[in-house]
Amino acid sequence: MFKIVRKQKLAEKIYLMDVEAPRVAKSCYPGQFVIVKMDEKGERIPLTICDYDREKGYVTIVFQTVGASTERMALYEEGDSFLDFAGPLGCKSELIDEGLEELKKKHILFVAGGVGTAPVYPQVKWLKQQGIETDVIIGARNKELIILEEEMKQWSDHVYIATDDGSYGFKGNVNDKIKDLVNNQGEKYDLVIAIGPVIMMKFVSLLTKELGIKTVVSMNPIMVDGTGMCGACRLTVGGEVKFACVDGPEFDGHLVDFDESIKRQQMYKTEEGRALLKQREGATHHGGGCGCQG
Amino acid sequence: MSIQVDVLKKVPVREQEPAVRAKNFEEVCLGYNEEEARAEASRCLKCKNPRCVQGCPVSIDIPGFIKQVEAGNTKEAYKVISLYSALPAVCGRVCPQESQCEQQCIRGIKGEAVSIGKLERYVADWARENNVKPQVTAEKKNKKVAVIGSGPAGLTCAGDLARMGYDVTIFEALHEAGGVLSYGIPEFRLPKSTVVRSEIENVKNLGVKIETNVVIGKSTTIDELISEEGFDAVFIGSGAGLPKFMGIPGENANGVFSANEYLTRSNLMKAFQEDYDTPIAGGKKVAVVGGGNVAMDAARTALRLGAEVHIVYRRSEAELPARVEEVHHAKEEGIIFDLLTNPKEILVDENGWVKGMTCVKMELGEPDASGRRRPVEVPGSEFTLELDTVIMSLGTSPNPLISSTTEGLEINGHKCIIAKEEDGQTTKESVYAGGDAVTGAATVILAMGAGKAAAKGIDEYLSK
Repeated sequence: MFKIVRKQKLAEKIYLMDVEAPRVAKSCYPGQFVIVKMDEKGERIPLTICDYDREKGYVTIVFQTVGASTERMALYEEGDSFLDFAGPLGCKSELIDEGLEELKKKHILFVAGGVGTAPVYPQVKWLKQQGIETDVIIGARNKELIILEEEMKQWSDHVYIATDDGSYGFKGNVNDKIKDLVNNQGEKYDLVIAIGPVIMMKFVSLLTKELGIKTVVSMNPIMVDGTGMCGACRLTVGGEVKFACVDGPEFDGHLVDFDESIKRQQMYKTEEGRALLKQREGATHHGGGCGCQG
Repeated sequence: MSIQVDVLKKVPVREQEPAVRAKNFEEVCLGYNEEEARAEASRCLKCKNPRCVQGCPVSIDIPGFIKQVEAGNTKEAYKVISLYSALPAVCGRVCPQESQCEQQCIRGIKGEAVSIGKLERYVADWARENNVKPQVTAEKKNKKVAVIGSGPAGLTCAGDLARMGYDVTIFEALHEAGGVLSYGIPEFRLPKSTVVRSEIENVKNLGVKIETNVVIGKSTTIDELISEEGFDAVFIGSGAGLPKFMGIPGENANGVFSANEYLTRSNLMKAFQEDYDTPIAGGKKVAVVGGGNVAMDAARTALRLGAEVHIVYRRSEAELPARVEEVHHAKEEGIIFDLLTNPKEILVDENGWVKGMTCVKMELGEPDASGRRRPVEVPGSEFTLELDTVIMSLGTSPNPLISSTTEGLEINGHKCIIAKEEDGQTTKESVYAGGDAVTGAATVILAMGAGKAAAKGIDEYLSK
């Protein structure tokens, strides 16, 4: 069992949890993810690692409630436990093995969309700890959906906020902000790392291709085992089939077939919808919310 | 005895009716009762020089346990089997006996072999139902062995080592132990909550610890297990779990699955049960590409989820690699066999979903290097199957995760770990390996045999 030692609501529908998982905490790196299975009947849910404390044995996850399972997960409180918490999975960010001298020569821009801010955070933090300053754009629909701003500022001097409705920071989407930085502010970037909804990563990649900036994205396809044994998470990168769970989740954004990925994400839309509905009906019948009668 | 025994024929085993079982996930074969088991046991000639034992990869004393069954001493029969096998309820169900113990049976020369598998299953099921456990007698040796993977190879190796007195910990990447027994072989062939779990409990009763959710190569490495966690030896039984795809157009469409994914959803995640969270796209018209046991399992699972199911296989019936019994069961249940047929392309609709598959007819040409007649395309024979789901069951290969993260562990061109057949010794000192990780995808019982040999090898190494 893996105990939740801290829970925090970061924004509407977005939650952060510190989970006691010493083996994962000891060996994980930025860019990797875990698979969480809440209880006996639960499904296996992939979640990116947002932070870790090797000494305490804690791993931080951030998730957004988008379907039946994550809604149920949001009802877990401090002191509750997940039945299964496997990881770290996937490859660590390329940055980690690149060599400090190489990295120091680079001007890196992180682009974080919505809950994708969470997986950006450990990379920014790790780089700062190596003495490397980065720029970060956090984008969301509106002010209420911006997360981890203060935490991010702790590790990066340049954190730009972009909201679609202009309720906070720059008015416009992340692409508008990238253009603003490159075209108006005279910033030159050697590398963009974009993590967020697939549609955002697609459009960031299209823009950076135009601008000629190498771009890395972190893909989030449907997964089952997360260890390479099923291929549910497969995607096409540069014409080749890759498994995101073992070959990724980070890939060259200029080579990913985003349209195929977007279609594959829809695969269980009806099943997910059905599960959500069942759960809501359950709530009206029993008033317990999760079937545990809490 | 009230059952009339024809010495030339097996006592028939009771099964669910095909029409009934095609709609449920309950076990197809109901097994022998005591009377039937004793009648079948009476067919055994109790050979002095039993050839059947040579056909068994773990060399169970077959006439020895059958003698006890015939006499009605089922508990004694279980004790005999337990000396050799940690998983008799599993093996009695899934071993290809027709090419192992039963192939060697003298009775089989003129008539049908003794039903050794069904008798083993009877004994193991009786033991479970009567709460009889395998015995632990060994003196503690104060040495630690790590076993990577909790499939048939790992469970057998761990069980044998525990019986010798070693302190054994199994590390399993998934949330549940059992490997292919849990995620691969369906409920209707191998019930999970009763058979698989209780055999795993039996291994734990021998003192084996199982730590799930540990991915060796990621959570920790073999080198760290040795240097930091104090393990004196390691057995790698990580299997061959990496699925192959064909590389044809349309293969990434929605509704195309590897058999591993389809079966994991259904078996491990129990997607076929309403109250479990994992979804599965059952499909209305399904094609399973391939002809092995895994293909039969995937096809029969899809059938039970309500689909019309086609097996698409490029050679003829004679070459089907699946067990004859499985093919027979699949046919009885209404699976359609499109033999000498090969897929060329998966057709995709505008939303990215499978709508069909273009196939071509094949004919058998000259024998190839493997001695099998090579299938060649019949020109102009392309046709389209309308489908909403395609399951690729083309075999699997070992996951490179462990070999790529272990210093000095060598693999061959097929990504299989190089290990000696007689004792499982790899190219790295104190590290042993066996099962599909070494041979590529094979059978449960061969993996158990390899686990057994490696346990002996490890014991010899640690006794030096």
